[in-house]
Amino acid sequence: MKRHLLEAADLDRDDATLVLDTAAQIDQALAGREVKKLPTLRGRTVVNLFYEDSTRTRISFELAAKRLSADVINFSAKGSSVSKGESLKDTALTLEAMGADGVVVRHSASGAPHRLAHWVRGSVVNAGDGTHEHPTQALLDAYTIRQRLGRLDGVRVTIVGDVLHSRVARSNVGLLHTLGAQVTLVAPPTLLPVGVGSWPAEVGYDLDAALPKSDVVMMLRVQAERMNASFFPSAREYSRRYGLDARRMAALPDEAIVMHPGPMNRGMEIAAEVADSVRSTIVEQVANGVSTRMAVLYLLLGGSPQ
Amino acid sequence: MARSSDPARSTPPGSTPGTLLSPADVARVVDRMAHQLIERYARAGGVGDDDVDPGGGRGDGTAGLSDLVLVGIPTRGAPLARRLAARIEAFTGVAVDVGTADITLYRDDLRLRGVRALEPTVLPDGGIDDRLVVLVDDVLFSGRSVRAALDALRDLGRPRSVQLAVLVDRGHRELPIRADFVGKNVPTSRAQQVRVHLTEVDGVDEVLVTEEGNR
Repeated sequence: MKRHLLEAADLDRDDATLVLDTAAQIDQALAGREVKKLPTLRGRTVVNLFYEDSTRTRISFELAAKRLSADVINFSAKGSSVSKGESLKDTALTLEAMGADGVVVRHSASGAPHRLAHWVRGSVVNAGDGTHEHPTQALLDAYTIRQRLGRLDGVRVTIVGDVLHSRVARSNVGLLHTLGAQVTLVAPPTLLPVGVGSWPAEVGYDLDAALPKSDVVMMLRVQAERMNASFFPSAREYSRRYGLDARRMAALPDEAIVMHPGPMNRGMEIAAEVADSVRSTIVEQVANGVSTRMAVLYLLLGGSPQ
Repeated sequence: MARSSDPARSTPPGSTPGTLLSPADVARVVDRMAHQLIERYARAGGVGDDDVDPGGGRGDGTAGLSDLVLVGIPTRGAPLARRLAARIEAFTGVAVDVGTADITLYRDDLRLRGVRALEPTVLPDGGIDDRLVVLVDDVLFSGRSVRAALDALRDLGRPRSVQLAVLVDRGHRELPIRADFVGKNVPTSRAQQVRVHLTEVDGVDEVLVTEEGNR
């Protein structure tokens, strides 16, 4: 494995499978245990460097590091020297001087983790950078699919919604392709990035046509902050054409599952009855996030420092 | 040749490289260990002779065996534990619980040797609380694997007692750890390597001594 996890392309098929297998073993080893803690990363320091708001990703990484007995430092841009104008590089050098073994970084600028990786000796894990990548989300999604369907090879995954702004979609397309799944993107033309034709995925505009051929439907969050940027005429129209409601869910094959990276807009891209149905893996995804991130931290930080 | 017709007899010091145990020897050694386990646990509950007889009036002397859990340390301790359980059942009719405990995340040499893939941890339903646990491994060498396994057990539950069974004890301990059940004692030099092969993992049953340097 590479020293950093910056994008889905850092993992080849063997690496990605190793992460998923490791997560599965950790899950199994910790299931039903009173002491959900392992001594593996004792004496290692993990810094959570969050320049952008996050609930589940930050908590998930924090819990993962703590369950492996690492020391965790949480840094959020608010209330730090960043508000006094400190640059990313100076913050990185400060962390370096304090001896961080791993840096988990979320930043609103695409590519910030790449820059950071040149400045620190420890391993850098991208926890979401701008509209670029979010590789651990893709890993936990792949893990959830494999857990529910028993395989990834040949699984038909349809990713629906705001692909243009979605780092989740970008990482998932890369990783799922690496793992042998067939990915289809369904979105309004205005919400597809330039050059999407070169991605290893099919592109379509008709959700109803894609659903019967999907083993997995992954709904992306409609980012309310971009709603008035005229990417689509109205919320109602978006919901009617690209929202997943009970009627559309009925068109899915029997075993198919519905995923969402959260946070959800119930009634917008996903109906409440769909989000709460047995097909929905939304709660599992959160739980699987912890074990997947434990696997990543173990594989990156557990061995000898290079 | 170090091959011995009587597996209980130790090979002389400075063992010659080669086959230490043949497939038939391995089967015989496993049978003998199964008998030793039955003797210890069926009568005295495995905690020592002064312990209360867990057979408590049942008379058939197998009551202690139902509290026994054989916990294999992957990779080869796991099939070994299953074999011992199968032999115990064949000899007494009592089905003994079996589990596996992967110790990778408890190892103290990850920084020296790097991370590796994990193997399953599976415990019997009901866990190991208040059970008589016997850890099972293929080779006892430095004792560090056993230390890691003891740490793992502490997180998995609170057994009434823990003992250790190994197929081969090759010496060179680095920690104050000893085995309670030993299939074969083999004096080795540190430069030598002892390799246990089992059908379930390697396709053949045998124990080899090679001159390849330390693991």
